[in-house]
Amino acid sequence: MPTVYIPTLLQSLTGGRGSVQAEGATVRELIDNLEAAWPGLRERLLDEGKLRSNISVAIDGEISPLGLRERLKPSSEVHFVAAIKGGSYFGRSMAGF
Amino acid sequence: MSTQYTVIGTRPVRHDGADKVTGRALYGADVQMAGLLHGYILRSPHAHARIRRIDTSKAEAFPGVKAVVTAADFSPVEDKVVDLGEGNTPLSYIRGNVLASGKVLYQGHAVAAVAASSVHIAEEAARLIEVDYEVLPCVLTAPEAMRDDAPILHDNLRTKEFGEQTGRVSNVAEHFRHVMGDVEQGFAEADLIVEREYHTATVHQGYIEPHNATALWNNDGRILVWCSTQGAFVVRDVTACILQVPVSRVKVTPMEIGGGFGGKIPVYLEPVAALLSKKTGRPVKIVMSRKDVFEGTGPTPGSYIRVKMGAKKGGRITAAQAYLAYEAGAYPGAMVGPGGMCVFAAYDIPNVVIDGFDVVVNKPSTAAYRAPGATNAAFATETVVDEIADKLGMDPLEFRLKNAAKEGTRRADGPKYRRIGCVEVIEAMKNHPHYSAPLEGKNRGRGVAIGFWFNAGLPSSCTITVNADGTVNLVEGSPDIGGTRTSIAMQAAEVLGITAEDVRPTVVDTDSVGFTAVTGGSRTTFATGLAAYEAAQDVMRQMKERAAQLWEVSPESVTAEHGVFRSGDHSITFRELAKELSETGGPVVGRGAVQPRGVGGSFSGAMADVEVDPETGKVSVLRFTAVQDAGKAIHPSYVEGQMQGGSVQGIGWALNEEYYMNSSGTMMNSSLLDYRMPTALDLPMIDTVIVEVPNPGHPFGVRGVGEANIVPPPAAIANAIYHAIGVRMNRLPMNPPAIMEAVWSQRD
Repeated sequence: MPTVYIPTLLQSLTGGRGSVQAEGATVRELIDNLEAAWPGLRERLLDEGKLRSNISVAIDGEISPLGLRERLKPSSEVHFVAAIKGGSYFGRSMAGF
Repeated sequence: MSTQYTVIGTRPVRHDGADKVTGRALYGADVQMAGLLHGYILRSPHAHARIRRIDTSKAEAFPGVKAVVTAADFSPVEDKVVDLGEGNTPLSYIRGNVLASGKVLYQGHAVAAVAASSVHIAEEAARLIEVDYEVLPCVLTAPEAMRDDAPILHDNLRTKEFGEQTGRVSNVAEHFRHVMGDVEQGFAEADLIVEREYHTATVHQGYIEPHNATALWNNDGRILVWCSTQGAFVVRDVTACILQVPVSRVKVTPMEIGGGFGGKIPVYLEPVAALLSKKTGRPVKIVMSRKDVFEGTGPTPGSYIRVKMGAKKGGRITAAQAYLAYEAGAYPGAMVGPGGMCVFAAYDIPNVVIDGFDVVVNKPSTAAYRAPGATNAAFATETVVDEIADKLGMDPLEFRLKNAAKEGTRRADGPKYRRIGCVEVIEAMKNHPHYSAPLEGKNRGRGVAIGFWFNAGLPSSCTITVNADGTVNLVEGSPDIGGTRTSIAMQAAEVLGITAEDVRPTVVDTDSVGFTAVTGGSRTTFATGLAAYEAAQDVMRQMKERAAQLWEVSPESVTAEHGVFRSGDHSITFRELAKELSETGGPVVGRGAVQPRGVGGSFSGAMADVEVDPETGKVSVLRFTAVQDAGKAIHPSYVEGQMQGGSVQGIGWALNEEYYMNSSGTMMNSSLLDYRMPTALDLPMIDTVIVEVPNPGHPFGVRGVGEANIVPPPAAIANAIYHAIGVRMNRLPMNPPAIMEAVWSQRD
């Protein structure tokens, strides 16, 4: 089952847990399952069904260009990263990796 | 692919060399065309003011003036949020930085523009534009802007914390926090804790060629742009967004570029020139002055940083904490995110807390500058690390080695590193003769520091066409700033088995190649190189088919090595086969379009010897060595050039450069005479050591080398100053007044 690292500023929604495990063949499915277990997470991560523009998802240490459509393996590590914009070109694709 | 390369790692003459050294290369300011008008931008004299009224009538009546525009000339649309790949941003912010509307937010903020038959007439007429300002109090630093009683720049700006709008109207656009382990416990375990605070000044990238743009709003509705940019597609997309036209209506031709370093990614002039062209029906060219560049374009953020680190007596770092507040300038977007991810990136630390704040202030809206955000952060971390090593009586490189990040190390912001070269860089520093060379004389000291930059992937596209004489034409969309025509061509040549000289690379306009992201993020040799690699592989597949057709064998039986195709007893060179294309099916065109994963970050190290004049505070750099992990150096000369360039900019940032603002927010040194960048006369030879820890995510192991080299120099010089005169510097620049102040305060 993929391991999801919960950003510090969202850990109030997961009872203080820094990482949780959740099912999901894709990032979108994983977020749906996270929401079922920890209500409120989806709203903080998604906006109108899309990953919020200032949030990136990284799978196994690399920002995914596919975002919610990225496929996950049971061993995947998933990070949601606050991508503070700047410089016009990093944005979602960069976010520090 | 064999790792015994024929082309990779050699040093061919650059393809654009003849044009550059003979002055024939065409830059944006060289653009000439029939009916060309010249534009001039009127800029705000105030750092913060409400615009009550703009009267352009006198300017419009001035002889020779053809048009005047203000923000009122943008097509009227309700403000909305747009996503240009940098997150959702209000259109009003994007437009507002091009031509101010409602308020000016920094001295130099563009307010209006004039097109006239000559630039002198345009400038004269611009002075006749009457702007009625209500001057407002300004705020110039992050700590001041974060105070509850600070003047507010944007009434609609509310602090965001990871997707949550806090509702607080504030100058803090965003706050993030990274936590790993238990930092309190980590500090409790430490035998030594050092905590320091730092201020770094706003500095400019200092590219030698000012921004320029020529635009023609054609009668067919298409907007044609020629400009100096790091990313023609960015200009296309932003211009289309600002003017509210489809991207297919804008075609951008990137001219040669005289430096960018991140500062030529934002768009300033192109939409304005287009508006003026629309009004006049003629092409309009605008070229900035150096004063315009300093006051009206994006420098890198000034910052306030606190770093606290604890270590055991044996030299293991147990905990680290950082607080980073970066000045975004007039609009949100300080590169504090990357700063927060880089601040402890070189170390394996179990317990970490990092807080970052993106803070708007009344200075020009900041832009990227070589490893944006990382140099500020490393200045703080690396001087604390040096102090800890010193207090523990440890060699500073041994201390770093003991704590160095390696494959599998988890950063506080989340991910584990893949294969990285941090240890190899530190070892190369240790083994370099510079590190063990005696340094004699009074007031002389040696300092070291290391730094990290992620590097980027992002999309790139290439096509390769085979010519009948065995050469190939390589078409790409990456403006060539540092020799990337050649470093990309070399990767294609390696695959094709031909020489680099037999590849003719051309950087083309946005209509003529697939989307290609900016030349930035140290990505071009990596990502566009990968696109060229893919295009060359495509060519090779087709060439094998042609050889098979020629020999009437199956394509699968054809092999290729070093430019020779073979099948059984048959063999033919690439050049010979190219002659046969018309007989075997016609043209061969290969394509490569990538959005690569497998980006490899780069570590860099700096060693500096300095001498400090105790009477004046002047710091002279006596010797400097830069060490960097390139992954694989495609063209070692260009890698060395990047390392030297980044080091020199880091030295300038360390010792001299700053936006010197008065209390009203006016920049007092907006010329290259007063904004003191280092020249060859100020510097020693910058020695370079290329470390090669191949990036497994690239077929040749490329990481990207454009940025990490600027990260460690300020800290290395600060540490050298300490070892020269015993004073710890906590402020950039470390110019003579700052040095003397620090010396005097230590005496007190």
